[in-house]
Amino acid sequence: MLRSEHSRIDPKRRTVLDPKKRQFAQPLYKDQEYNFRLNLYTVPPTAEITLEEFEEWAIARLKILSELETCAFRNRNGEETLAYMTPLLDKNLPLHANRTNSSELQAERKKDHYSHFILRLAFSSTEDLRRRFSRLETALFRLRWRTDNVVERQEFTNSLDFNWEMVDDKEKVEMADELRVMTELAGRKAEDGWFKVEWERVPELVEQRKVLIKRGVAYVPVREQMSLVVTEFTKRLDIALEQTARALPRLDEDDRLSPILAHLSQSFTAPDATYDTSSTPSSLHPTANNIDQLAGHFPLCMSNLHTTLRQTGHLKHFGRLQYTLFLKGMGLSLEDCIAFWRRSFRGMTDDKFNKEYKYNIRHAYGEVGGDANRRGRGYSPYSCQKLLTEALPSVGQTHGCPYRSFTADNLVALLQNTGVRDGEVLNGVREDLARQRYHVACNRIFEHTHKKEIKRVKDDGLWGPAELDTILHPNTYFKRSFMLKHLDAEKEAAKAEG
Amino acid sequence: MPDAPAPEVAPEEPPSTAGAAVPTEDDLKAMEDMLDSDSDDEFTSSMPQKEEEEKEAPAPARFTDPDVMRAFYARLFPYRHLFQWLNHSPVPSDDFAHREFAFTLPNDIYVRYQSFPTADLFRKQCISMIPSRFEIGPVYSSNPRDRKTLRKASLFRPVSKELVFDIDLTDYDPIRTCCTGANICPKCWTWMTNAIRVLDAALRDDFGFRHVLWVYSGRRGVHAWVCDARARCLDDTRRKAIAGALELLRGGEKKLTLKRPLHPHLERSLRLLREPFSTDILLGQDPWADDTRAASLLDALPDAGLREALRKKWAAAPGRSSASKWADIDAVAKTGGSSTLDTGALLEAKLGIILEYTYPRLDAEVSKKLNHLLKSPFVVHPGTGRVCVPIDPRRVEEFDPFGVPTVTGLLNEIEAWDAECGQEEKEGEKRVQDWEKTSLKPYVEYFRGFIAGLLKDEKRPREEGEGMATDF
Repeated sequence: MLRSEHSRIDPKRRTVLDPKKRQFAQPLYKDQEYNFRLNLYTVPPTAEITLEEFEEWAIARLKILSELETCAFRNRNGEETLAYMTPLLDKNLPLHANRTNSSELQAERKKDHYSHFILRLAFSSTEDLRRRFSRLETALFRLRWRTDNVVERQEFTNSLDFNWEMVDDKEKVEMADELRVMTELAGRKAEDGWFKVEWERVPELVEQRKVLIKRGVAYVPVREQMSLVVTEFTKRLDIALEQTARALPRLDEDDRLSPILAHLSQSFTAPDATYDTSSTPSSLHPTANNIDQLAGHFPLCMSNLHTTLRQTGHLKHFGRLQYTLFLKGMGLSLEDCIAFWRRSFRGMTDDKFNKEYKYNIRHAYGEVGGDANRRGRGYSPYSCQKLLTEALPSVGQTHGCPYRSFTADNLVALLQNTGVRDGEVLNGVREDLARQRYHVACNRIFEHTHKKEIKRVKDDGLWGPAELDTILHPNTYFKRSFMLKHLDAEKEAAKAEG
Repeated sequence: MPDAPAPEVAPEEPPSTAGAAVPTEDDLKAMEDMLDSDSDDEFTSSMPQKEEEEKEAPAPARFTDPDVMRAFYARLFPYRHLFQWLNHSPVPSDDFAHREFAFTLPNDIYVRYQSFPTADLFRKQCISMIPSRFEIGPVYSSNPRDRKTLRKASLFRPVSKELVFDIDLTDYDPIRTCCTGANICPKCWTWMTNAIRVLDAALRDDFGFRHVLWVYSGRRGVHAWVCDARARCLDDTRRKAIAGALELLRGGEKKLTLKRPLHPHLERSLRLLREPFSTDILLGQDPWADDTRAASLLDALPDAGLREALRKKWAAAPGRSSASKWADIDAVAKTGGSSTLDTGALLEAKLGIILEYTYPRLDAEVSKKLNHLLKSPFVVHPGTGRVCVPIDPRRVEEFDPFGVPTVTGLLNEIEAWDAECGQEEKEGEKRVQDWEKTSLKPYVEYFRGFIAGLLKDEKRPREEGEGMATDF
């Protein structure tokens, strides 16, 4: 596939083993030339950069990646993502094409190159981070591929050591009939060109009979090149990340980099869809006594916790934490929250409750704990993203996102229990689950259960599109649901204030 | 000399190989029971389902008679050829030594993970265990017999196996009118002939394979073993890709939807199948003779007007043959039975019907997995007593499944030969092999020729081939 020449260490870059020579030698760095805008990131950077640059560049790339993730999360299609990302990319991580002859070309590409490798270090530690990083980097690569100049892109692909060969004109004439059939089969008028690879390289295309195969060689239209390069990009990155993870414990460094790296990976996991707890609807007055009434507005993840709590009189640790934070986000005061839990744990002595449970609730509210915890007023309520990326609940645990942790059949049964019986909606949910679009399924249910109200606010022009955006946080779900069902009360409250 | 130990292939026996000691049948069984009972389902095998079907038709006792089978394994089975075929070199290598064999013993006990360092040891165990059949699995990364002693389970994984295909006439039952189930007749065998032609062309012309061994499965189907180095090292994704590319009615779907223009592979298949369709299918099978079957033909046609016109026409003339009915479609369409008729759609539907009734029906699951086991060539089919002989794809039309030698017939032929020419034999310098005295001879010779071609390719670009393998 790719020749393995690049795994050979350049003599200039080889480690000098003689300690004497090593001590007094001038560092030998091979400054990299960046000929192309796109980069497969095969060679790690070796030149020196300042600590500030190290952090700054990494943060810039991190910003891009998390925005990309948001796009995927909000289900934006390719065009929308491109439109959304272009200004962000220009600001944080610009990459200009060769033909612009920008004086910044090399510097931009250097920044791109270094930031990629810094984030590799930061995100190789766990399987989860690696997967996310590789997914987002692939998305970024694809985005750049699409925006790249056609000629330069071709030069880039030619520079890669792929064993593919363009079909020359002579052969095109010889194979004209068959190639024409393949073009028509794909529903196109003409192809830009064809290249030949061993059929093993394109198994998906072979399986769907989308390529012509002759004597073991597949004739692939040039437009499929992207998928090949992207597959290769992902494959290599995955391997490299694994290797990085293994090498990480032996990272030869003082303690300057590790805090930065730790910080980077932390901010990557932190939820980006935050919920502003201060803006609660004015007619909402949650107390320890009315949670049961409010539970009708809960998203499935929370109503599931609530019913379990009511049925068994108990919840396991992560369930309690998730639920407590949600209640906190709803605006339930600490006292009410403690009272709520105290009453919910039927058959538990006060003594046991105070000893084993109260502290955690207070901790979540930032009443106790370390300075950081108290200053930050405890943890913030979990977002959908957080719930979707956490480990799956094991037996007896009920936290997490039910759309993700339940099997489709169980989930549909659960939804039917909550009163969703529309076959079309349930089928839609099943499809979403099959495509792992859990938040889409949840939003689908929301739209179904609030159909009337949403229509009303839309027709009356009460709410703009921003207020009906995809829900990415359980508390948003609750708040929106509550407000939709109390439209009149809200209006009156607004009037009274006004 | 297939069943005599070849002097150059007799290395010292590795002490770890349990089979090398030639244990008695009972010993082995006990040992296997002890070792294997818990984890034999690690890798899939086609065995269980097949076994059940075989049982439906009780076999005449004499095929499975232990003495007959012992004589077969002692005198007729071409061990050395099998060894060379799987070993890819004259010197015993891991290709053979790490290859899994799975034996079905006469009492239906299934013994997996057998392996043998040499052809001779393999022969010894066959004679002592007299399996009613055995299957060939993949080459593993370490000796299958040692799999329980490895420190890490991951050290034991399948590495390579021939790309295999399995076509079975039972899959044609929905469109087969002459026989059902395990029975076959010359009429339905034509499907196999056509299947071999179509797939052989695709494997050679499209995928560039050169060593495709076709083997009669002993009763109602054929197997293909693609033995090229490039095919052997394919992983599951790529096997699945080939199977998918060659499979037309995917996963048992009922109707064909074709996109035109046809993919070159389908176009070529259609070229090969048009003629058999009009002879073997329309005349031979007469698939739409009765009304219910004719209705399924109508269902496949577009345009309600056309369907109605045809239905009336056929109802008026009961007993019309399929060939006439097929011709009627165009005739009615031309005379303008319907004003809304889309001729393109009709053509597509007709092509779809031709392919549906003629295109090979693969048991694709067999091809998709590297670790799937498949019955070895030259074993005796326990239900029919026929030997699973190779089929020469260049002369596929000459192959007659009913003329395939049976184990009892072969043993009689040896006796007849010995009685006739036994005297001369002693004078001759070279002993005549038992298989040479029988009608198995042409098949073994074909197999030998096949292996010679394979070994020639193996020897030359051994490095090249492996370089390619690691390249993917």
